[in-house]
Amino acid sequence: MRLEYFQLIDRIVDLKIADRKISAEATVPVTSTIFEGHFPGFPLMPGVLLIEAMAQTSGWLVVATYRFDRMPFLAAVKDAKFRMFVTPGQKLSVKADLVHQGSGYAVTEASVVLDSKTICDATLTFRVLDFPNDEMKLRMREAAALVGFPAEVPADA
Amino acid sequence: MSSTFETIANIIAETCDIPRDSIKPESHAINDLGIDSLDFLDIAFAIDKAFGIKLPLERWTQEVNDGKATTDQYFVLKNLSARIDELVAAKGA
Repeated sequence: MRLEYFQLIDRIVDLKIADRKISAEATVPVTSTIFEGHFPGFPLMPGVLLIEAMAQTSGWLVVATYRFDRMPFLAAVKDAKFRMFVTPGQKLSVKADLVHQGSGYAVTEASVVLDSKTICDATLTFRVLDFPNDEMKLRMREAAALVGFPAEVPADA
Repeated sequence: MSSTFETIANIIAETCDIPRDSIKPESHAINDLGIDSLDFLDIAFAIDKAFGIKLPLERWTQEVNDGKATTDQYFVLKNLSARIDELVAAKGA
């Protein structure tokens, strides 16, 4: 994770468009100014950032499904549950399933897993729109490369 | 048509917490029931699942924006029911 850049996952480790699944690695940094406030003397990864990790992971799955032609924007978070504390240095697995691809929207079920235990999960809805401009598409390509998004996504990946 | 309307009325009532009795075939989802675009995504998701279809929301929106259709054609519930019936029939054809 590079929290200062709002990059909540480190690397995509598995992406299967045919199965509508993705998983990613995300290691919580050992130090961050965020932990100075959340909480003093008892650093915890904020739940809202775990949601963002699930949203980013889901987002890459949606981007892949649309062959980088369209961009998902988080629209709704449902049934979010935080089952355990997440602390600095922990290595998380972030998973998402695309449960529905509608007209202009997508729905995923996502989770954060630590040592085979689900510690956080939610249902996420995204609006799926054309990229607002070419610069954003270019920047998203660059961001994709940073997390190991495949340069070419085969149909049966 | 009536069973389709009943299904979507129940979906709207449950999704948007609107009293079921106030949802009529003549109700306009936006103008009469006050459903916003985000809530309508939830409704579309539930309708897509219930009927095994994909409501073409983007095409409908484009047609309305281009002046080729009115919102009544898609968002008055009896008309929405008819559109859903058409989509279901097309799927089975």
